[in-house]
Amino acid sequence: MSTNSDIEERVPRRRTWRDIDLRAVAPFAALILLLIIGALVNPNFIGLTNLANVATRSAFIAIIAVGATFVISSGDLDLSVGSMVAFVASLMILFMNSGAIADPSLMLVAAMVLAVVIGSACGLLNGLITTLGRIEPFIATLGTMGIYRGLTTWLSQGGAITLQSSELQSLYRPAYFGNVLGVPVPIVVILVVTAIAAFVLYRTRYGRHVVAVGSSREVARYSGIHVDRVRTIAFVIQGLCVAVAVLLYVPRLGSTSATTGILWELQAITAVVVGGTALKGGAGRVWGTICGAFILELVGNIMLLSNFISEYLIGAIQGSIIIIAMLVQRSLTRKS
Amino acid sequence: MANDGAIASVPVLAAERISKTFGEVQVLFSVDMDILPGEVHALVGENGAGKSTFIKILSGFQPPSSGRILLDGEPVTLPANSAAEALGIILIHQEFNLAEHLTVTESLFLGREVARFGVLDRKAMRAETRRVLDMLGSRIDENALISSLAVADKQMVEIAKAISRDARVIFMDEPTAVLSREEAGVLFDQVRKLKAKGTSFVFVSHKLDEVMEISDRVTVLRDGQWIKTAPTSMLDGEAIAQLMVGRELSSLYPTKHEPDVDETIVLSVRGLTTGYVQDANFELRKGEVLGFSGLIGSGRSELMEAIAGLRPRLAGEVLLHGEPLVAGDFREANRRGLAYMTKDRKGMGLLLDEGMTTNLTLQSLGQHVTHGYLDPGSEAKAMARARRRFDIRVRDDRVRVGRMSGGNQQKLLLAKVMETEPQVIIIDEPTRGIDVGTKQQIYHFIAALAREGRSIIVVSSEMPEVIGLCTRVAVMREGHLVGMLEGEEISEQMIMRYAAGLRRKAVG
Ligand SMILES: Nc1ncnc2c1ncn2[C@@H]1O[C@H](COP(=O)(O)OP(=O)(O)OP(=O)(O)O)[C@@H](O)[C@H]1O
Ligand SMILES: [Mg+2]
Repeated sequence: MSTNSDIEERVPRRRTWRDIDLRAVAPFAALILLLIIGALVNPNFIGLTNLANVATRSAFIAIIAVGATFVISSGDLDLSVGSMVAFVASLMILFMNSGAIADPSLMLVAAMVLAVVIGSACGLLNGLITTLGRIEPFIATLGTMGIYRGLTTWLSQGGAITLQSSELQSLYRPAYFGNVLGVPVPIVVILVVTAIAAFVLYRTRYGRHVVAVGSSREVARYSGIHVDRVRTIAFVIQGLCVAVAVLLYVPRLGSTSATTGILWELQAITAVVVGGTALKGGAGRVWGTICGAFILELVGNIMLLSNFISEYLIGAIQGSIIIIAMLVQRSLTRKS
Repeated sequence: MANDGAIASVPVLAAERISKTFGEVQVLFSVDMDILPGEVHALVGENGAGKSTFIKILSGFQPPSSGRILLDGEPVTLPANSAAEALGIILIHQEFNLAEHLTVTESLFLGREVARFGVLDRKAMRAETRRVLDMLGSRIDENALISSLAVADKQMVEIAKAISRDARVIFMDEPTAVLSREEAGVLFDQVRKLKAKGTSFVFVSHKLDEVMEISDRVTVLRDGQWIKTAPTSMLDGEAIAQLMVGRELSSLYPTKHEPDVDETIVLSVRGLTTGYVQDANFELRKGEVLGFSGLIGSGRSELMEAIAGLRPRLAGEVLLHGEPLVAGDFREANRRGLAYMTKDRKGMGLLLDEGMTTNLTLQSLGQHVTHGYLDPGSEAKAMARARRRFDIRVRDDRVRVGRMSGGNQQKLLLAKVMETEPQVIIIDEPTRGIDVGTKQQIYHFIAALAREGRSIIVVSSEMPEVIGLCTRVAVMREGHLVGMLEGEEISEQMIMRYAAGLRRKAVG
């Protein structure tokens, strides 16, 4: 029934710069800008060692934020990640200290598996409380945030929990301090975790369902998507990512305390938002998230290397970044 | 009918050579139109012709790319957003524009709240809201939350909002798309009243019988071009349709094929009860097109959603191909070949922020998975196929679905549901907001599905559609299935008699 000649004869549209999604590009542009600023502030900054250090230090937040990308894309929020890190790390170290398995390598493997299981279980609990319990994720995870933190404080009796066996410690150390072909292990882990996450989010049925659930629960339901299951799995993925971060965290200091991971949830959410994922749910941007985590760490690094801002202001600066990121995001959405 | 006295007077509002370009895409080409005081001016055209865009420009919601707007003969730049309402120019959007968390009263008075000594006068506002709603014959509770209202009621609130203001020109973009005949009738009574007081209306609709009934003049757009403006009395529905599509239309409805009496029963519903629907019983045969008629709010959608598993059942059972269907499991129903197409395409049908392909394959992603991951190539192929099959027209392939014209969204929604290759298809309002040409396509499409041996339930508030398409018509009233019409019995009068409660016969 087409009488529309212009449609029938439509030539394939040229790709122009206008087709580039500004929201996807903005975080990377910000990153480049920061690198330039850093180089001006201090010539040592742009050196490979310094940048590799920054990337390595961003690993915990980056990996946790990858999980947060799933939760936020599906329209939820998880505030408990920081306490979850402390909780999972404590249990992992306590298990290793228990000496339940004599062989050190076997013990290490068992402890790592345990951490992954506990992390996923914590995520599952968050997911079930929000979906089955029909409690706002903000409140539900505020509650579990208190629970995980409280349990950690109780386990550590307010102090620190330290890995006692020096044999285990030296066996585990390379997991954070080692290299793979010259690349620090944490950076390798970031890349692998992100690549897997990107694949899941962009190329699997589950990933598409996350986007649908985050954009509109009702549309997802009317499309035959199991909304609660999709949301719960996102929380489990978050727990899994927290566990992976713990696997890197424990070998670094060999100890954990009641204050481990405080405010990490703020940093993780900031990384996600800076990376271009909308807080209201919908399209998630995993690589943007990594970029966001790196930006946060870079800002701290620049503040350390420069002399004009006190590094005690880092928290305030990071807080401002999330607000600025939201403003930028909003103005970009309006234009497109 | 033509407004003789008004012809000579100065137009309240006039558009002069209005063009509009989005990015690189031009959607309006030098369109002219004038609106006289106290006239009802219909604006018609195919889906995507640019009607909504044009009236958004005339009401200040979007700036024109070029051209002038004259208010009382003087060139004006209309203030952005709804600020033009202060000039008496009001637009009722095709897409609902109500804040979901407000009450009916609050949305009616949004931005012009009544206050006494600086304190909101809630009582006065509620009373005024009640008065306007009563005038419209609407039973909506003035304290209800917008989010709790059905689509038709939301539309009524929009209308109430517009007529409760001192308007000079009211633009209505497909106001009756979700209304029943009765509700539309009430609306038109109000339009005539206000018109007598000098208010002008611009009425966008695909329902040409309504255009004939209410309008004084008609302007036709095609592909963003002005085609013709003429007094309604000089045209008939057929002529308008031809102007719209630019060619002659063959018969709107395909020939009906009644399935044999002993054809297998694919769906049978027994004693189904939900909160509102009571004891519904009916059967659907293979290859049948069964219509569901009734007033808005008679429980048709609720019944269908309960059958499909989108809503809990209190009692009764549903057999699909002879096997019971678990209550409340839509995915299971889907898997077994039963599909439901919602009438609320924006709220429940489509992801407005995503592209066409994501939406098309959302319900049938399993078909595009190879070795565990999605195959974009296969999705793109499905999209190309769907665009051909359903004649989905967009000028930019990667457009967000929320930006597509209403009719093309509807076609995409139908395509999405058909991707699941269902055997039993429940279609709720198949042609909401669709132009005549496309309507004809969809009707023929439904008939073709039936000939392939699939069974279709058509829920529709447009009586001609049910009559022209279905071999049996069920009528619902206040949650009860009150009549099942067959063959010769299917007529507008009969359906109305059952729907209005003047007749009733045991069904089941
Ligand atoms: N904001 C926008 N950005 C890009 N394209 C747009 C935008 N708004 C409308 N369009 C395009 O303009 C064209 C005309 O759309 P419009 O909504 O005015 O059609 P319509 O005549 O109201 O159709 P319908 O009867 O289906 O509602 C369509 O091709 C649509 O995709
Ligand atoms: Mg329109």
